[in-house]
Amino acid sequence: MSKMRLLDGSEAIAEAAIMAGMKFYAGYPIAPATELLEYFAAKLPTAGGVCINADTEIEAVNMALGAAQVGARAATGSCGQGLALKQEAIAEAALNETPLVVFNMARNQQDYFQATRGGGWGDYHTVTLAPKDLHEAVEHTHLAFHIADKYRVPVIFMGDNLIARTQMGTSLPVPELDPLPPKDWALDGKMGGTGKSRWIWTFGGGKAGNPGLGPDGYWRQIAEKFEHIARQEMRHEQGFCEDAETVVVAFGSGGKYVEYVVRELCEEGYKVGYFRPITLWPFPGPALEAATRNARNIFVFELNAGQMIQDVMLSVEGRHRIKSIGGVSFDDSGLNIGPMMDARIIRERILAQLNGEPIRQLPISGMGAYL
Amino acid sequence: MNVIDTSRPPERAAAKVADFKPSLLLSENHHLCPGCGEPVAIRLILEVIQELNLTQNNVCILGHGCYGSFIMQMDVDSTLCLHGRGPAVATGMKRMRPDVAIWTLQGDGDMASEGLAEIMHTAARGENITCFMLNNGVFGDTGGQMTAASVVGQRTKNTIEGRDAAYHGNPIKVAEILANMDGTAYVARGSVHNAASINATRKLIRKAFLRPMHGHGLALMEILTMCPTGWFVPPGQGAEYMMESLGKVYGLGELKDVASETETVNP
Repeated sequence: MSKMRLLDGSEAIAEAAIMAGMKFYAGYPIAPATELLEYFAAKLPTAGGVCINADTEIEAVNMALGAAQVGARAATGSCGQGLALKQEAIAEAALNETPLVVFNMARNQQDYFQATRGGGWGDYHTVTLAPKDLHEAVEHTHLAFHIADKYRVPVIFMGDNLIARTQMGTSLPVPELDPLPPKDWALDGKMGGTGKSRWIWTFGGGKAGNPGLGPDGYWRQIAEKFEHIARQEMRHEQGFCEDAETVVVAFGSGGKYVEYVVRELCEEGYKVGYFRPITLWPFPGPALEAATRNARNIFVFELNAGQMIQDVMLSVEGRHRIKSIGGVSFDDSGLNIGPMMDARIIRERILAQLNGEPIRQLPISGMGAYL
Repeated sequence: MNVIDTSRPPERAAAKVADFKPSLLLSENHHLCPGCGEPVAIRLILEVIQELNLTQNNVCILGHGCYGSFIMQMDVDSTLCLHGRGPAVATGMKRMRPDVAIWTLQGDGDMASEGLAEIMHTAARGENITCFMLNNGVFGDTGGQMTAASVVGQRTKNTIEGRDAAYHGNPIKVAEILANMDGTAYVARGSVHNAASINATRKLIRKAFLRPMHGHGLALMEILTMCPTGWFVPPGQGAEYMMESLGKVYGLGELKDVASETETVNP
């Protein structure tokens, strides 16, 4: 077993990505994804890779697309604000089948719609992995590259400020994953003049003499692929749901806090369970439906004005009392998670909702140090 | 000199007398308009790739424009990337496959309008790639609208009285900008308006592939191409119109070459 090291999340993710065989990273400084760029800049060249300090977020993601299209494991990263600029290229990767990993070291949890609904054009989804802590982040880094290569799709790694900047002891374990097919589609430049030259093209046109399906057929094929991925790649974690009257749903770091609070409430005799989607897309709807079959209440905790709650509602078809116990929560500290990511406050909100009492509004953080 | 008598129908149907198709073109058929200069420029590029023995060692990144449809015609590993982003995509490719000739095929709309940031930063980084800008001064694919490279006075569908510098701004001369940047190895402007210019341009294209292959930095090869449809002139008058409009602003020849003539040999 490899040695335990005390690492912050950014360094652990960078190490894991290099161990996963990532050879190309292009990024643009933006908190809290800056450290990831700095670690890659320091470590990737000695591992035989390239890290480019791109001049725009758009340039960064397109560089990564190019690196991936010639067969390398490639990634870019930013936070939700930077991913907004990368949306066109993420959609492009989905529609022209380029395996690409995009690290979103999100500032809080307001990028759920951005990740799961997507801001590019066309019929596509992005597989989105939301780890709850550094340990899962290491596992998800390997998994993100694996899923991207397996299906030739973009994968979003949805980290956050807390994961990026919190230190934990880790031995950087490498998960065992199935073997992958060879990248015989990659543009290595060797097929020119053979009559079998390769193409990567969103409109699926192919080559004269050997035309592709064209946009209509190609996009139907891609839609079918995403349906297949949706069935295959749903992941979740749950606890105490068997006889729970109330199930609390949360993702990412928030899920870890909720797990702690629910465990505490169970010990006190409350019939409460927790459910944490690990893949935000595909959303583990059938598992949530099964986990809440005997429950009356579903409470959704997320640090936004109510985004994932839509997927919860779609999954359980209106049989429950579904309430949001989260909300917008942001501050000017180094972690940006605001006052709501606090076990005592989560506990207070679950109990208030259970007792039919109004939820206490938290004071607004204001501009603080920004002023 | 034999002159074809056009006052009456020909005695026999036109027949193909020889195969002029470069072997890297999968088909002689294309969808571009009569009088278009782009197929001529692309043919030259493909012939040079073959001459330099890069046939099985090159990847093309096409931008968005009429020439983009040649992804289907060219027997070359290719991708058609997002509008203007070719040099960024090419950067990722070249860094991962430094031994492969990586080249972008862009237009003035793709490079000077949408993709100016990408070409300039890629040039500044000195990436060892070749970038082609087929310059016809219009967005031909959408029917002839103004690009950043349209010349002052040029009539386009959205500068119907001619490009007015005070109202529409001035043209951006990408080649002149890049020639003054560190990081570029070779910058040249050719044209395909007559046989002499086609021959001269072929020689420039050759150097544009060789300089990056030898690690000197980025090569920008601009080629003026006719777009009679986008200029609203009859196909036969494209060449003349081009040299009277674009040709007066965009001078032909080499703007920069950091290497010596002796390096103009096969890699």
